[in-house]
Amino acid sequence: MSHIPTNTTLLREILTGFIRNEVQKTGMTRVVVGLSGGVDSALSALLAAEALGPTNVLAILMPYRSSHADSQAHAEMVVNKCGIESLLIDISPQIDAYFERFPDADSRRRGNKMARERMTILYDHSMRWNGLVLGTSNKTELLLGYGTLYGDMASAINPLGDLYKTQIWALAKAVGVPEVIVTKVPSADLWLGQTDEGELGFTYREVDKLLYLMVDQRYTKPELVAAGFPERFVEDIAMRIMMSQFKRRLPVIAKVSQRTIDRDFRYSRDWGK
Amino acid sequence: MSIRVAIAQINPKLGDLQANLSLYDEKVGQGMKERADFLLFPELSLTGYYLRDTVPSLALTMKSAEITRLKQLSRQLPFGAGLVEESADHRFFNAAVYFEDGEVRHVHRKVYLPTYGMFDEQRYFAAGNRIRAFESKFGRLALLICEDLWHPSTINVAALDGALAVLCPSASPLRGVVDEQVQDDNARYWEMINRNYAETYSLFMIYGNRCGFEDGVGFWGGSEIVDPFGQRVAKAKYYEEDFIVAEIPFESVRRKRTISPLLRDEDIDLTINELMRIRERPGEPKAVQKFKSSKVQRVVKAKPRKRRQPPLRRKLR
Repeated sequence: MSHIPTNTTLLREILTGFIRNEVQKTGMTRVVVGLSGGVDSALSALLAAEALGPTNVLAILMPYRSSHADSQAHAEMVVNKCGIESLLIDISPQIDAYFERFPDADSRRRGNKMARERMTILYDHSMRWNGLVLGTSNKTELLLGYGTLYGDMASAINPLGDLYKTQIWALAKAVGVPEVIVTKVPSADLWLGQTDEGELGFTYREVDKLLYLMVDQRYTKPELVAAGFPERFVEDIAMRIMMSQFKRRLPVIAKVSQRTIDRDFRYSRDWGK
Repeated sequence: MSIRVAIAQINPKLGDLQANLSLYDEKVGQGMKERADFLLFPELSLTGYYLRDTVPSLALTMKSAEITRLKQLSRQLPFGAGLVEESADHRFFNAAVYFEDGEVRHVHRKVYLPTYGMFDEQRYFAAGNRIRAFESKFGRLALLICEDLWHPSTINVAALDGALAVLCPSASPLRGVVDEQVQDDNARYWEMINRNYAETYSLFMIYGNRCGFEDGVGFWGGSEIVDPFGQRVAKAKYYEEDFIVAEIPFESVRRKRTISPLLRDEDIDLTINELMRIRERPGEPKAVQKFKSSKVQRVVKAKPRKRRQPPLRRKLR
């Protein structure tokens, strides 16, 4: 009960079924995915290639000039590994052109801008190529709010959103994501030397254990402390989840009518499909 | 008597009656080809599951053209359908309807509407208040829908009412991926229930689940038929479309009940007396809540009693 299950055989079966089903019911056959060179997008791409066939997956590599050289190399490894379509688009010119007007922008602003720029490219090619944008955000980062709203968090369907990072690693290994990608230190690669765990202040394995008990198993704070987690850590994470709730919801709509979208106008996304 | 029972494990289109009616046609055709005598469709398989605000626009009254069409279809092969039924006073029910030889033989309105966690059924549906076994040309059957069976009282009533087989249309979502299991944890739980009920009540459990995804929620399939000895006689694939057929020898109900006549020995009066006592007891939240509802009061009126009267000990008939 207290450890995070990693039944990779079953996860693989469910997630490929999910991709196939949710794509086909929109009347499309293809997906577009941004490949960063990291484990999450590699896993998404491999699962999609397995579910839809490699020719139905378009990977877009969107490096910025400060991106780590390994990132592109690793993304290319994934493309070669599963034989999917790919496209390389250097986003440096459009990012630099914009920040010429705002030279004081800090690395967070720049990082967010890059994430959103990549999103606009993915959606442009979604239309051009007639494929759904495939998400790559995992449950850990979604709960912690460690992602850019309308940037890397944007997608049409996301096979990974209910998997903790710990599960991502296990599943990535099982489906054949190259070892070097699975074992490398996770980084958003938005600026030089950035690492997720350095920025967050804790490791994914630590926080996943806590999140699993807190969110999935509904442990209360005293129960989490009794299970050995420092009280401060428990409080910090609970606060992070609360403060990032806005990222997991649609924009707030001011209700004036009898029937307001998503409040009392309630339909499934797959309505009619 | 022995019949061939089929289960259509389908992936209906959410909110598209016409598409799903065609799917029903197709599966009835397949059932005929496989010489089935009866076919079970999953819960809400004529409409899809996460209907939300589309419920009123998909609801069928017993006079709807679609019902007439389904009646006609049942001349080829009797079947159990899952749909939204609208009553004359415009309540909407999550219903299972038994069609046979051009007629509706039985309607079961889901009694227990899950409204917790990922479920929201009571927001959109009215709850049924009846559990009845019914006569079919194959013998006495009962229909219970999905969550109904998570309340053991429902199968208890169905079995005591004489059902030889319980048909359970289901739309059960996969959830809880655990280690070293070929299926998710919800599937495991359901399989335990089916086996346990079949063996405990000495009847056939005919469980028809759907597959496919709606808004990211997958349905685990795995439809099955379990005999009165707790043996699985047919099993559909997990997580994908399938169509299964199996022979159901009703003689095995007799044989099992001869070996272990538990139902014969069931003391209904004891249960009724104890339940009435429990219902009157203060501090039982569920009992008090039910006692206050108008439908139960009608039952109470039939047997008027003063408060503080000691629990009934005589046999009720």
